[in-house]
Amino acid sequence: MKEAGVKAWLPSLLRLALVVLLIAFVTNPGWFEPLLKPLTESNAPAIYNQGSLLTLTLLHLRTVLIATVAATIVAVALAILVTRPAGVEFLPLSRSLVNIGQTFPPVAVLALAVPAVGFGEKPTLIALFLYGLLPIFENALTGLTTLPANVVEAARGAGMTGWQRLVKVELPLSAPIILGGIRLSVVISLATATIGSTVAARTLGEVIIAGLLSNNLAFVLQGGLIVAALAVLIYDGLSAIERYTARRMGQETA
Amino acid sequence: MTVRFDKLGVVIAAIVAYAAFAAPFATFRANRIVPGEARSILEALPAATGSPLLAVIVAAALIALLKTPLIMRLAAGVVALAALALLIGVAGSFLTPEGNTFARISPASGFWLLIFAFTLLLADVLTRLNLSPWARIGVLVVAAAAIGMLLVSGSWNSLSILKEYANRADSFWAEASKHVTLALGSLAAAVIAGLPLGILCHRVEKLRAGVLNVLNIIQTIPSIALFGLLIAPLGWVATHVPGAASLGIRGIGTAPAFVALFLYSLLPVVANTVVGLAGVPRAANDAARGMGMTERQRLFGVEFPLAFPVILTGIRIVLVQNIGLTTIAALIGGGGFGVFVFQGVGQTAMDLVLLGAVPTVALAFPAAIILDAVIEMTSTGRREAQPA
Repeated sequence: MKEAGVKAWLPSLLRLALVVLLIAFVTNPGWFEPLLKPLTESNAPAIYNQGSLLTLTLLHLRTVLIATVAATIVAVALAILVTRPAGVEFLPLSRSLVNIGQTFPPVAVLALAVPAVGFGEKPTLIALFLYGLLPIFENALTGLTTLPANVVEAARGAGMTGWQRLVKVELPLSAPIILGGIRLSVVISLATATIGSTVAARTLGEVIIAGLLSNNLAFVLQGGLIVAALAVLIYDGLSAIERYTARRMGQETA
Repeated sequence: MTVRFDKLGVVIAAIVAYAAFAAPFATFRANRIVPGEARSILEALPAATGSPLLAVIVAAALIALLKTPLIMRLAAGVVALAALALLIGVAGSFLTPEGNTFARISPASGFWLLIFAFTLLLADVLTRLNLSPWARIGVLVVAAAAIGMLLVSGSWNSLSILKEYANRADSFWAEASKHVTLALGSLAAAVIAGLPLGILCHRVEKLRAGVLNVLNIIQTIPSIALFGLLIAPLGWVATHVPGAASLGIRGIGTAPAFVALFLYSLLPVVANTVVGLAGVPRAANDAARGMGMTERQRLFGVEFPLAFPVILTGIRIVLVQNIGLTTIAALIGGGGFGVFVFQGVGQTAMDLVLLGAVPTVALAFPAAIILDAVIEMTSTGRREAQPA
């Protein structure tokens, strides 16, 4: 009994420790200097010194947030459109487009967006947006097309209009699956945003690239670890929300 | 007879109208890094070809707009795309001043939008035709052959991206072979290591969560950081393990790129092997056991063939992902098409970026189509065998 209790609490404790560690690191990186010092050569700085880690982390998160919100709105709207009677003829085409879209490498999207919108945050947002669309669209489509037929029939029988059915029945029921897509998209975006720094976007990629250019492993490590920690925590957080909504909808969690 | 509009056709016609009449067809630049001047279709082409091209485009857009038979739409899409592909080359030579080697002509937004619109039309037709896997591969081969012929014939040679290519033809092919070797080599390594690991995870439940968690966490490390982090350990191996350096293991370059790609590839391979094996119907396993098959016979004779399409899906994910990720290897000296992308970004020479980006897409796209077709071929037999 007791052992089971510890096992159940351990993941939450680890997560909490990771949150504390992450906040401590981005607000007070100086504390961790002795740990990173051995990774540097010839007295190079062990902590990124060309900008605050906290600012970069927040900018990184902001970029991912904007791109994900935009991608969610467009992807869900598109999925709703192609599952209505009026848009159903677009369904097969949109499926193949999503498939084709996934074959475009992020670096290519990023680099090709530069001539259109210039250097900086904008090409990164475009690349993250396009990349974020795909998993969300795919999941929203799965969610909206695999609803239990009897529930939809019951809603129709109760005299609900198409709009009411969508808002009160279909979207809430597919919410957990759509959230799953958003989670996937966020995790991909968090990592992809670092590449944005090759076209001068201000993200944590700046720290990693500075490390690569000056051969400073401590920079590479801290940039990479912050992004990985953010990804793990956000992934877990969104999974928890997903389980919560699935429970509210009376569904079994997968 | 009433005129009926095709819904997608309305979208296509709108894009075509904007692209053909309001957007620039080609861009003229006095040299490779100055901003360009826009040229419309009629300005970019000699009079004898400009107006016919416009006529073809408008006719094709009308066919798309109205409810027309599939075969007619297919023809319209193919003719429009072929005309565009041929004439952008003509625009290149027409706009280049006689004897000027600095001027750069590149396709502009209008051209790309037209290509996009008619590709949309073709994609729609092909989706509705519901082609068999072999037919899809056939279409791909025909398209690749057509593009290959245009490239070899030299009709695109006056375009900026091919001028960049002409300047570095040797290094292009060297980077291309590095790119393919890295992407395919790391995939092969991941399959060789990932399949047994997946089987092990399937058999030993205690291992499963742990292994998959570790592989999941690796995926969250941004690629540029993982590439960078491997520099140090591999550098150490190169200097301390006898013989390692002569095998080509070095701190920077191909070795860390290879290892990073391998690590990223493991998760989809292992996870899909586990999912595929878990999805093998109990009845099939019981029947095999009842027939007196040994553990090994069951694995190779029953479980593996049944799980194969799912495992192949994992391999498809890895292949497409690796072709894209390999571009990043250039940041740590690993070579590949990323070299041109990052050089181009550094020099703000977009043609150079395209020289890296276009071949990457040109590798990833057919890879995805071919593997999708193979997956469908291997899973149809299965679908017939068991009622879904």
